Amino acid sequence: MARILAEGLTIEFPFYHLGARSLKKRLLGNARLHTDAANRVVVTALRDMSFEITHGERVALIGPNGAGKTTLLRTLAGVYEPSGGSLRVEGRIGSLIDVGAGMDPESTGRENIVLRGLYRGMSEAECQTLADQVGEFSALGEFLDVPIRTYSAGMGVRLAFAMATAIQPQLLLMDEWFLAGDANFIQRAEERLSRLVVDADILVIATHEMSIVRRWCTRAIRLENGTITADGPVAEVLGDPPG
Amino acid sequence: MDMPIPTEPAQTVYAFDAAKPDYVRRALGDLSLGFSRWRLAWALAWLDIRNRYRGSVLGPFWLTLSTGTMLFGLGLLYSTLFGFKLIDYLPHLAVSLIVWNMIAQIINEATGSLVSSEGIIRQMPLPYTIHGLRCVLRNMMTAAHNLPLILIVFLACGWLPGAEVLLLPLGFVLIAVNAFALTMLLGMVCARFRDIGPIVGSVLQLAFFMTPVLWKPELLPAHLQPFLLLNPFYTIMETVRGPLVEGGGPLLAWLVALVYTALNLAIAWFFFLRFRGRVAYWV
Repeated sequence: MARILAEGLTIEFPFYHLGARSLKKRLLGNARLHTDAANRVVVTALRDMSFEITHGERVALIGPNGAGKTTLLRTLAGVYEPSGGSLRVEGRIGSLIDVGAGMDPESTGRENIVLRGLYRGMSEAECQTLADQVGEFSALGEFLDVPIRTYSAGMGVRLAFAMATAIQPQLLLMDEWFLAGDANFIQRAEERLSRLVVDADILVIATHEMSIVRRWCTRAIRLENGTITADGPVAEVLGDPPG
Repeated sequence: MDMPIPTEPAQTVYAFDAAKPDYVRRALGDLSLGFSRWRLAWALAWLDIRNRYRGSVLGPFWLTLSTGTMLFGLGLLYSTLFGFKLIDYLPHLAVSLIVWNMIAQIINEATGSLVSSEGIIRQMPLPYTIHGLRCVLRNMMTAAHNLPLILIVFLACGWLPGAEVLLLPLGFVLIAVNAFALTMLLGMVCARFRDIGPIVGSVLQLAFFMTPVLWKPELLPAHLQPFLLLNPFYTIMETVRGPLVEGGGPLLAWLVALVYTALNLAIAWFFFLRFRGRVAYWV
């Protein structure tokens, strides 16, 4: 069973390259900046967050830019080790945070798919299956064996999308609903993305798009300045009129 | 068909508690997962080499060519300066220069081993070991392009090492172990303190002249020779040079090389243990 449990979760980013005292003083007027025990200036990206997300929940992270949505997603994915509190994530994670990360522009589409498989810890045979499947879905045809440096923007997106959505995770972490490409691709993409979301045990998505939240999510968490200011059913958090 | 591939049923749990950081388990987990996924490190290292020499006709063999030219020129000049016979000097120079180039390049690139993977580190939770391994493998592959030169020089000069050449693999293992430990250590230190990179560069330049690469240890006055053991570059280098051209190399140099290796491992391990979790914040 997939589950996410955070207790007092805190993430602090240090500013190491801040020499001047006066600058330090001026910056410390800001509420999210303070000095820690070692007298470093740190910005609190996530402050003392506690929540539990259980099997079957589809959660939207909403809030203004810089509220900590992406940082929270990355922390859930295991990129940042929390500076305070505890975090427990059960289930196999799939993250669609930056789908282009780790792509090599000089390699062909196929080589990039195999590389992505390796990044995910797949065996050689699994990588080949992945390559066939992604190749088919992205409909790149003979372009699959051409360096992706030469791809048009649309082709790049198709490949990235096909790679990112080829594996069904239990826990789907997503930064914005990403859909792009030409019209007939969008339709197939939408279908696949929907299935990915529906089949995942847990979805956590950071988005500004309230229509996405209303359509796909069961729960919304509003972040402001690195803290949770609202957490509950979508209609309640968004302030929709009942019924 | 466009069914997403289902995930294997294996239950995975990622748990972290800032009050109980559990450094040892995490560091060991990073190492074991990293090494078990050497395929990825290998693929990335290979891509690095391919992309670096993309479109070049000779590719990495330019390195072989330039090292060869260097060997020839320096061989002629320094054998005259030191009054050695070229045929006696060249095998020493070939091994020394090629091993030195390998060590220097490993150390130079070690300073960027984590910073250069910033894009991946901040997006995907991968063991940091992978990035270190990638850097070491890349440099090993590059260095391998120079190794045939040693063979060519040996053939040309009619030099044949004795049974002590069996120690050679041990020397390479020592270099590999040191390379990995140093790559992780310098990678972390340089991610945190960006000034260390240039400092390492200058230290290496000085070390080139202080280490018997161009010259031979016996050119030093006898009472100064023991001081050479203080130079880690000398002792580590001796574990490869000894088996190839010096009848095995001095026992003391081997022992000291082992001590330096242990020291290097201990310091790297301490840093990895304590600061591994901070790397994502540093890069």
